[in-house]
Parts: sequence; C-alpha cells; structure tokens
Amino acid sequence: MSRRRERIDRGIKVRADDIYALTSWREMLYLAAPRVAPVLTLLVVGLAAGPYWQRVIMTTSMFALLAISWDVLAASGMVSLGQALFFGVGAYTSGMLNHYFGWSPLLTIPLAAVIGGAISTLLLLPVLRLRGLYFAMVTLIMPLIIERVIEATGIFGGTEGISGLASLPHRLVELLVAMVMVWVALFGLRRLMDSDYGLVLKGINDNDRSVMSAGINIYRRKAEALFIASSIAAFAGAFMTHAYMFVGMPVFAMDYSILPIASTVVGGVGTLAGPLLGAFILVPLSELLRGLGGLRIVIYATLLVVFIVGLPEGIFPYLKRKYTQFERWVEVEK
Amino acid sequence: MSRPVVLEVRGLLKRYGGVTAVDGVDFTLHENEVLGVIGPNGSGKTTLVNLITGFVKPDRGKVLYRGKRISGLPPYRVALKGVARTFQMAKPFYQLPAYKNLVVPLSSPRVHALAGGSYGDRDAVAKDLLEEVGFERDSWVINKAAASLPHGYLKRLELARCMALRADLMLLDELFSGLSLAEVASMVPVIDKLRSRGKTIIMVEHRLRELFRIADRVLVLNFGQKIAEGTPGQVMDLPAVREAYLGSEAEVGDA
Ligand SMILES: Nc1ncnc2c1ncn2[C@@H]1O[C@H](COP(=O)(O)OP(=O)(O)OP(=O)(O)O)[C@@H](O)[C@H]1O
Ligand SMILES: [Mg+2]
Repeated sequence: MSRRRERIDRGIKVRADDIYALTSWREMLYLAAPRVAPVLTLLVVGLAAGPYWQRVIMTTSMFALLAISWDVLAASGMVSLGQALFFGVGAYTSGMLNHYFGWSPLLTIPLAAVIGGAISTLLLLPVLRLRGLYFAMVTLIMPLIIERVIEATGIFGGTEGISGLASLPHRLVELLVAMVMVWVALFGLRRLMDSDYGLVLKGINDNDRSVMSAGINIYRRKAEALFIASSIAAFAGAFMTHAYMFVGMPVFAMDYSILPIASTVVGGVGTLAGPLLGAFILVPLSELLRGLGGLRIVIYATLLVVFIVGLPEGIFPYLKRKYTQFERWVEVEK
Repeated sequence: MSRPVVLEVRGLLKRYGGVTAVDGVDFTLHENEVLGVIGPNGSGKTTLVNLITGFVKPDRGKVLYRGKRISGLPPYRVALKGVARTFQMAKPFYQLPAYKNLVVPLSSPRVHALAGGSYGDRDAVAKDLLEEVGFERDSWVINKAAASLPHGYLKRLELARCMALRADLMLLDELFSGLSLAEVASMVPVIDKLRSRGKTIIMVEHRLRELFRIADRVLVLNFGQKIAEGTPGQVMDLPAVREAYLGSEAEVGDA
C-alpha cells in the first residue's frame, strides 16, 4: 500500500451527477458542511451576541433578503435599481395593517409580503416588456415617485410617518424569525432556480426570443418571478417596520436599492448564496467602521473596490472553487 | 393537391421606413410539403419568417394556419399552435448545458398538453432529441455549456428546439449556413425524417444545391416580392431567377 493525494470531491463528483450515492460519512459531511456550518455559526453568534450586534445581524439578514431577491430578478432578465420599491411597499403595507386594524405583526408581516409583492408586480407590469436599462430606470424612479406622492398628499402619515407600531413578541423571536427567513429564502430559491421552472427563467435572461418561440409566455413568467422576488423584499420591509415600530418615507431610501446590488457583486452574481454572503460582509463592516466618522465612507468604498477588483467573480464562487479543491491522502494499492 | 392546406399567406406586406421588406407576398402550403424560400441578401426572407411566426406584425395582409388567422398573435401563441422556427443567428441559452437548452421548449404548455398532461422526464427526452439531430449520445458534448459549442452543433440545437416543441410546421431560417459540406450532408437525413413523419417545412436557404434536392417547391423573393414559384427544376430554369439571384449560371448548372 502507498499513499497519494486526491481531491475529496473526486468520488462524489463522478457519482453525484444525478443522484447522490454517498458511500461514507465523510462524503456526506463534505456535502453537508458548507450548508450546515453557516446556519449553525450564525445561530451561535446571534445567540451569543449582545443586543446591539443582535440588531445588526437582524438588519443584515433583511439586507441579505433584498440581495437574494435582486439576484433572482437579475437571473430572470430583470435588472432592478429599485429594491427600495419592494421594501417600502412591504413596509407601508404591514404598518398600515397594524396601525388601522390592530393586527399582530405575526399576521401583518406575511400578509404584507404577499400583498406587497402583488402591488409591486402590478406597478411594474406595464414595463415588463422593457429590457435591460429601460426596466432598470423605471424601478429606480418608482420609489422616488411614491416618496414624493406621500410627501405631497400627506397620506399614510405624510412626512411624519407612523410610529408606535407593534413589535414582535420578543427580541429573540425577532432574531430567529430573521434567520429562519434568510435560510428558507436561500435554500428555497436555490432549489427553484435549479428546477426546470428556474431554467426557463434563466432562458428568458439569455435569449428571450428563443423562449417565446417555444410557446412560453415570457411576460407571464417574468411577472411570476417578479412576484416571488418582490415578496421576499417586501417581507424584509415589513419585518423592519415592526423591528423599528415605525414606518415612514425613509423606507424608500436609495440604501435599500444600492446595498443589495453591492452585496451581490461582492458575493457573486447569479449564485444566491453570494448575495447573502456579500450582505453579511458589507453591512457589519459598515457598522464596524461607524466610529471612524467622515472617513467611514472612504474606507468602506475602498474596501468595496478592493473586493470587486480582487475577486471579480465574487467571493462565493471563489470559496466554492477552493472547497472543491481540498485534497486528502488516500491509500492506493500498488 | 388533395392534401389539406396548412398555411395560407395573403398579401403580406411589411415596411421598414422606406424599405418594403416584404411586398405583397402570397402563397399556400399543403400538409407535409417542403417549401424552399430563396432570394438574394436583404430580399425579405427572414422578415417573411418573422411575419408568419408573429415576431413582426404585418402592415397589410394576413396569415392563416389551418384556416385560422395567426397574424397579429404574439409569438408564443403562434408557437403553441404548432408553428416553430429556427433563428438565422443561432443563439442558444449560453449558460445552460446543451441538453438543458431543450428543457426550455420541453417546458412548453404545448408539450404538456400533447403528452397528456405531463412533462415526462425532460432530461431524457432532451438527450434523445439531441441524438436524433446528430449529437453523440453519452458524450461530453451534451453536457457542455452551450456557449462553447461549435457552430455546427448550435445549428443542430436550433433544429432540435423545433422538434422538442412537437411542431407541425417548421420554419428553418438558413439552417445550413456556415456548415461544412459534411455537416450539411449529415443534417439532410434529419430533415427527410421529419418529412416522413408528416411535418410541413419551410426552408430559407442559400445552399441551393442541397435545398433543390429536398424541396418540393421553391419560392423566389427579390426586393420583398415573390418573383417566381415552382418546382426546383422550373425555378432553376427561369431567366428572371438567374438574373435576380443566381448570377452565374455555373452555380446551379449542376445542382
Ligand atoms: N428590424 C428591421 N429594421 C429595419 N429594417 C429591417 C429590419 N429587418 C429587416 N430590415 C430590412 O428589410 C429587408 C429584408 O431583410 P431580411 O432580413 O428579411 O432579408 P433576408 O432575405 O433574410 O436577408 P439575408 O439573406 O441576408 O438573411 C432588408 O433591406 C433589411 O435591411
Ligand atoms: Mg435572413
């Protein structure tokens, strides 16, 4: 017997094309670790952290949802510069339901996700036919318009907004809901995008004429994808509304549109896990730099550029590649 | 001809600014016929295909498919009726492996309905179809990202997309262009097989030699107008055709 080095995924790769036929615990661990480890790490860190960092993790989770939502849209051929639209519509929907009807956030948040998704989809339905930049421009402008309408007409509390909204029962419940939602969104949407349904969406992004000539109504499919993605983002808005017990015009702020895109670019476009990773790097980083005052933006922007230049493919694809290159010693027969 | 009429094109006209791309074209196509469409560059062949498949709306005239008007319908509705097309510029779904490209048409409501309300195993059907158009089965090629497929395979993939949709009428826009003689020779039997299965086919081609062997009838366009129609033999002999399109006589002399 002698030994040689072999990539851990060697045996798995060959067999796992269609079915995972795992032969050892070690292989099982190899496949499960990258999924289980982040979930457990976040849980442990989240429970161990003090109230301030718990709040950061919660906020980060919501930005992660916005980023994942952005990535789903982009994969389906829709570049959004207005995640704030979905976020804001979800936020106001949940706030209004709670304020006027007194319903519990446990009910208004999921309701606002669905209703907010539906409203956002209806708002963008007329421009679904626009491609690329044209669609992007409209999504950029929409939240600004809504902001001005609220300001001018004074509806929904006008410039003051509405405060004194109900919050979730307990800080820990809040944290756990945020975490669960992030993982459900990530693993659920990843599965969706890898299914034949997601394949058609990616096809629309690649070559919409070819999809049309297959007898598939691409506007309907895009509307469905838009509804799914905007519901996720509306959930984030609704959640934050109750976390801050306030809803007002800032929910349509540019931050909610820009940060998800930055997260996705840093993490890796089209990977879904990348945007999540990106959000969990950028948002806490921004918190850490808070003490630096005016220099904060400079350092933050510089780091962003370093990430993008250093790893243009994104951090997640890089890590994934490295992970599959792990080697181990194996016994070989002479 | 006693076979039923599949397609009727009546006075079809399309203008782009000052250019009349298709100028009052009429023709009728019967079941299981193979119609060749030829004409010089810019004579309106692709526009004609676009008009029939709904990608372009006509300014005048109409298209009837099995007696029902299809002009004015969006492309996906035309496709659902069983009218499929290839694109002159073969553009696959670049990110997807070759066989996954076919999962898109195999996800069409038409396939679902024809298969009695199920999609079946789309991956398996896709691989069968690729084999039919000349991909080596179980080779790495079918798993390769479509972006890296050579031109010849992209053209085969285009044809396989039409077949995946189980279309009755197929419009093939310059399927043979850019292929080597050997590649064309390997594609011709596929077309023959489609014909023997009862498909009706419109072939836009510049490769006259091969087209004249396959087509039952040939239609000649020039500046958007139909200038001739007939069997390959008849068309070949028309002086107007030679002048407008063929130029040198040597080119078709031995076709
Ligand atoms: N979208 C468009 N906008 C403007 N003009 C167009 C458009 N599509 C086609 N044309 C014009 O219509 C005419 C016919 O074009 P078409 O593409 O149908 O020709 P073709 O016979 O397919 O040519 P080729 O053999 O080069 O493929 C050309 O003069 C072309 O410039
Ligand atoms: Mg053409």
